Amino acid sequence: MSHSHEDIHKTIRSYVMVFVALLILTGVTVGVSYIHLESIGERVALALVVAGIKASLVALIFMHLKAERSLIYYSLALTAVFLVVAFGLPLWTESDKIVGTTHKVWDAGVQVPAMPGHAEAAAGEHGEGH
Amino acid sequence: MDIEIPYSVEERPDTGLTSPKLGIWLFLASEVMLFGSLFSSYVLLRSGAEFWPTQSDIVNIPLATLNTAVLISSSVTMVMAWASLKLNNFARYKLYMGLTFLAGVGFLVIKTIEYAEKFEHHYYPSTNNFIGIYFMLTGLHAIHVIGGMLVNGFLWGPGAKMWKTEPEKFVNRVEVAGLYWHFVDLVWIFLFPVLYLL
Repeated sequence: MSHSHEDIHKTIRSYVMVFVALLILTGVTVGVSYIHLESIGERVALALVVAGIKASLVALIFMHLKAERSLIYYSLALTAVFLVVAFGLPLWTESDKIVGTTHKVWDAGVQVPAMPGHAEAAAGEHGEGH
Repeated sequence: MDIEIPYSVEERPDTGLTSPKLGIWLFLASEVMLFGSLFSSYVLLRSGAEFWPTQSDIVNIPLATLNTAVLISSSVTMVMAWASLKLNNFARYKLYMGLTFLAGVGFLVIKTIEYAEKFEHHYYPSTNNFIGIYFMLTGLHAIHVIGGMLVNGFLWGPGAKMWKTEPEKFVNRVEVAGLYWHFVDLVWIFLFPVLYLL
């Protein structure tokens, strides 16, 4: 790709603007973490949204993804698919709970709370010999 | 023996890219999976844990915030180094690339202080799952910073001779090194909130 000097000067201005934006957003990330949000879900979502905006700025402007060849977009799209799987698997595992308990499959060795209505039976036998 | 690597300056007709550019992006894609799988392990460890320590009691948020600013600044000096070459200003390039390298040194110094503080409090990777993955992720990231500094240092010092002989190829090298360096910054952008703030 050939750039004229004028293009480069424009690009430099965008770099400076992104720099300022990234510093402000870093402040936002830290500031937001001190706000007491009740739900952990809200905190995670907020932190990841801000991080996502920062990452997008770096990728689009500093890494020139804003105007890149389609082959690179295809490669990154494929990477994104695998990344979703990499995050999907643990989340899927996490949702796979033993029915009627608050525990997960891999906690099977841990003593699990009795199911509602079976409290008396569980108290008498204490797990063994089912 | 001097083998000419094809398509390091002109774009390959079928990809529309120089081969180093395509190469670094494919490498970065594999890096996404490396860090991605560790982040995913973190999610699994934390969501499956009966007990998870309050992270902010263990980590040093002011130092990490400072390091975030250092790394973001170094990304800016890196693109400025590339832009300076595009404007044929080699002296400005040396300045910005030198600053990028120094920012890397600064990041590692701050990281060392942070680690020393952890060891002082007897926090080791074996202490608990959080500290284990904290050292794993920040350590792997720090190794990436060191790797980038080696390349940046080479391009600032001995490697800069290429500017005289093959300027276009040199500009491309700086751009490719920059892509890697920005990726290291990008990883930190996610590491920082996940390990320090949440």
